[in-house]
Amino acid sequence: MPRPVEGTTTRPPGRVAAESSPAEKGRRVRRARRPAPALVGWLFVAPALVMYGVFVLRPIAVTLQYSLYDWDGAGPSTWVGLGNYAKIFTDPDLLGPILHAFQLIVFFSAVPVTLGLFVATTIRRIAQSRLAGIARTILFLPQVIPLVAAGIMWSWLLSSTGLVNQLLSAVGLGSLTRGWLGDFTTALPAVGLIGAWVLLGLCTLLLLAGMSKIDQTLYEAARLDGAGAVREFVSITLPSLRQEIAVCVTITVIAALSSFDIVYISTQGGPGNSTLVPGLQVYYLAFSERDIGTACALAMVLMTLVLATVLPIQWFNREDSR
Amino acid sequence: MIVGRREALVGRALLVALMAVTIVPFVSLFVTALHPSGTYPPGVQWPADPQWSNFGDAFRAANMGRLLESTGLIVLGVVPASLLFGTMAGFGLGQIRMRGSRVVFLLFLLGLTLPFEGIIIPLYYTIRDMGLLNTRWAIILPLIGLFMPFSIVWMRAHFITMPAELTEAAKVDGANVWQLFWRIHVPLAMPALSSLAILLFLWTWNQFLLAIVLVDDPLKRTMAGALGAFQGQWGTDIPLLCAGSLLILTPTLLVFFVFQRQFVSALLAGAVKS
Repeated sequence: MPRPVEGTTTRPPGRVAAESSPAEKGRRVRRARRPAPALVGWLFVAPALVMYGVFVLRPIAVTLQYSLYDWDGAGPSTWVGLGNYAKIFTDPDLLGPILHAFQLIVFFSAVPVTLGLFVATTIRRIAQSRLAGIARTILFLPQVIPLVAAGIMWSWLLSSTGLVNQLLSAVGLGSLTRGWLGDFTTALPAVGLIGAWVLLGLCTLLLLAGMSKIDQTLYEAARLDGAGAVREFVSITLPSLRQEIAVCVTITVIAALSSFDIVYISTQGGPGNSTLVPGLQVYYLAFSERDIGTACALAMVLMTLVLATVLPIQWFNREDSR
Repeated sequence: MIVGRREALVGRALLVALMAVTIVPFVSLFVTALHPSGTYPPGVQWPADPQWSNFGDAFRAANMGRLLESTGLIVLGVVPASLLFGTMAGFGLGQIRMRGSRVVFLLFLLGLTLPFEGIIIPLYYTIRDMGLLNTRWAIILPLIGLFMPFSIVWMRAHFITMPAELTEAAKVDGANVWQLFWRIHVPLAMPALSSLAILLFLWTWNQFLLAIVLVDDPLKRTMAGALGAFQGQWGTDIPLLCAGSLLILTPTLLVFFVFQRQFVSALLAGAVKS
């Protein structure tokens, strides 16, 4: 993308002085009325910047500020420095949700991306068929509906009388049946399964779109050289899809670390604290337990974790694609 | 040749299986919604006597008419303003590119990854101090701010591909920047703008966290927030809950089906671009 040379859009600053000139009919003068482009640029950005500043940037700063105090939301506050952060990393009840979020990455990211790669590779040859066209629409559905609705659907499917157990019984695995979201050992994977369902279609479609851009003659050449399906996948498909894979991983990792809706609806963090995630813990701490300081410290940790996880992926992708 | 055909067959089978996994939860929701209210139907089973009236009951129980109106108002408050501000800023950062625009862009880019939970606490106090708790403004104003990063990245990606000659030509004709923006760049940006509009509509409709924290009255919330309240109230009546969930997610499906062709390709392209 050739960028226009800096300054091609810049008017000589001297002309601005003519702004108040009474003779305004002529084209030359009308041109001269234009304020300096830098100012115009800032005017265009200003409304967005104001909304972003008031409702995003300032709240981030305030979160940081509150996180350094012990405050119940109404009474006087006490300065505790980094005390709240120390608490988060030493109290297992507060550290647990962070670990859960990382476990969820396995289900939200690893499962949809690997499964999506597998599916997209297999259906690559029929990507232009009518069936694939219909599939594009259907696989996208989980992205469109509210996560709350996905949570309600799956709570019912995973309940003790739900479809999952019905199917297990039908294939002779009746001994495994249980209320998946109510069992201490299966609740977190069950929540992860819901997330995987939501994200699998998106990942598959993204990867398939990337595959359609790969030069087909590469595959033909590989075939002639006697390369098998695995070899093709490793030497052609994977390297060509680096960008799409990075996008999938980024989207799904953010979804995993900042999950809230699905957990709130399907388990409320239970049983016990076995599915509590940072987002939900922030909500409980702030609005039920009135421990604003700790809640804000956890919120800061959450935001930092997301950035710390996502930035290396982006950086890695950028470095490699040069 | 034979290998190719077998591969295609396996591909088809796998694709059908994946579609089935995607669809079955919807089917289960639908079938369960037809069972007699208050029962616990086992798995997926077509009811002996389908209770179509459950949908009417859920419509009344959730006060769906008022809900649609509330969500409609919130969407009207959020989407046009976000589109306007996002497009203007995208134009400023993608076409005008004044000094410092790179830094501003990076600032917005950082917000792209922001989990809403991270700032929900100060938002609560800000909105409270503005006296807007429990009003639709409590959802509208923060959402506009929160949608800025994506809208701007999306629109800038479009404007940066527009040739500078376009701007130059219009300038020679004596148009000022404001005219240039409205008469030339906005019409050309329509494809990018319309897919952004659909996305923002869906995200507003489906917004849950802001709704449950900042607005107590379900009738002033977004659809997703109201569904949360509906689950709290009717969570034990599974068929009614399923009927209500279906009613609430149907409009998103309708919007999607109407616009899907343009939407899916735009989103897939956009995700990679940004």
